[in-house]
Amino acid sequence: MRSFIYQRATDARDALAGVAAVRNARFISGGTNLLDLMKLEIERPAHLVDISRLPFDGIEQTGEGGLRIGAQVRNSTLAADPRVRSGYPVLAQALLSGASGQIRNKASTGGNLLQRTRCYYFYDRNMPCNKREPGSGCAALRGFNRMHAVLGSSDACIAVHPSDMAVALSVLDATVETIDLDGTTRQIAVGDLHRLPGSTPDIETQLKYGEMITAVVLPPAQPGKQLYRKVRDRASYAFALVSVAAIVDLAGDTITGARFALGGVAAKPWRSPEAEAILIGQRATTEVFEKAADAALANAVGRGGNDFKIPLAKRTIQHALAAASERG
Amino acid sequence: MNDKPPKTGPTRRTVLESGAAAGFLLATGLPAKSQQLPVATSTSSDVEPSAVEPIATTLNINSRGYSIGLDPRTTLLDALRNHLGLTGSKKGCDHGQCGACTVLVNGRRINSCLSLAVMHEGDTITTIEGLADGDNLHPMQAAFITHDGFQCGYCTPGQICSAVAMLREVADGWPSHVSEMPSAENASLSDVEIRERMSGNICRCSAYPNIVAAIRDAANEV
Repeated sequence: MRSFIYQRATDARDALAGVAAVRNARFISGGTNLLDLMKLEIERPAHLVDISRLPFDGIEQTGEGGLRIGAQVRNSTLAADPRVRSGYPVLAQALLSGASGQIRNKASTGGNLLQRTRCYYFYDRNMPCNKREPGSGCAALRGFNRMHAVLGSSDACIAVHPSDMAVALSVLDATVETIDLDGTTRQIAVGDLHRLPGSTPDIETQLKYGEMITAVVLPPAQPGKQLYRKVRDRASYAFALVSVAAIVDLAGDTITGARFALGGVAAKPWRSPEAEAILIGQRATTEVFEKAADAALANAVGRGGNDFKIPLAKRTIQHALAAASERG
Repeated sequence: MNDKPPKTGPTRRTVLESGAAAGFLLATGLPAKSQQLPVATSTSSDVEPSAVEPIATTLNINSRGYSIGLDPRTTLLDALRNHLGLTGSKKGCDHGQCGACTVLVNGRRINSCLSLAVMHEGDTITTIEGLADGDNLHPMQAAFITHDGFQCGYCTPGQICSAVAMLREVADGWPSHVSEMPSAENASLSDVEIRERMSGNICRCSAYPNIVAAIRDAANEV
């Protein structure tokens, strides 16, 4: 690990000033991904600002009837919160399907969103990787790529975002709140936070240097049954091959509301408004679920090792939609 | 084409020497602020200075306070093992994948390899060395012996610390991935539950059946 200056931030202003003062600084909270990457010298910050004790650690009701989740709330705390479990079960399920008990106790809400891909070639400094070293190439294109993206990828990068939590936040239309050094705050839809790789896969989010996530806001709980389905190589403690967060609302057997987001298939949680539109007003049948799944994957591109993800994603969508349409 | 940047960090040797020196100074009982780690000297004038200022840190481990000067890079695991002589916590993968380094911080289990020691000032840390009450083993330790919940034993301290904290999570009503309904108030502790909740601890000897039996047994006692 490269050496760095350690600073324990006393408040938000202190933290923001600490990062702004140098070119290559990072905020650290849980550190479960950042320290992993620092040990491998993939992340080489000169300055670490510890924000883990900043008072963004509460979960509170918003005026609109939603929930504001502080960026420092630990994943395990969030998954166990009674308001999350009753109003947003898809979020609790997604959190609990990710990582291990030890890591969930440490990982923060903000850090979970900003964790980096687990692409083998991003982690292997002997291999080219445009995300780690812009312009060096992408070893995954013709390498072992069964874990990689089938939607929204480019010839520069086919890495996926590994978060389960982000997929649930996407289907819930959550908003990320940030603060900048000059005190500017802004709200970013969770679906807009992460960028597709294009020709600059090293730029992963819309956040500016030194901008800090302070909270994630959930809108009031929407009607409908929510669930998270994750398909992976082992039963626990593994990243998703494909995951689906779904919410389906019915009047009788007619779909009145339907939303779903995919994980494990792109550099961001993947929503497909055109596929969701197909479902509205239709009877909840296998045929209509299949149509929506086909639409969601219409532009999917396999790279060899990950070709299987396209039919797998379609089937997982159908399964999740069917399960979210079961009543009684 | 892929020119490596000049290496500015300390070499493995200087890091090892730093650790040894800090250990020696600790043994002499000097106050933390007077401890100075040796500074890695650059061989070339155009590289950035790589002096590492030790940070005076007080850690509360197993109800005892330890004051040490730490290179900020030191993980909690390395502080325990290399600086404080608490070698019960094991280093397996050093990347949070195996769970051998599991310790309790403020009652919650974490991977001590994925945490900087300087970030734990003021926390209450419990390691495997702090579970027993004198010669009386913690019920979880006793259950692992009764059920032969290990073969080589390397993962065992992490398994036991993890299991102790896991039972507390269950008592607090925390749900799991396999709980039928995450909104169920009290998650029951079936073998499936134990396996899911313990998935952050790998046993390469695959002593899992006996580990599960030990935890199931201890769950009724704790």
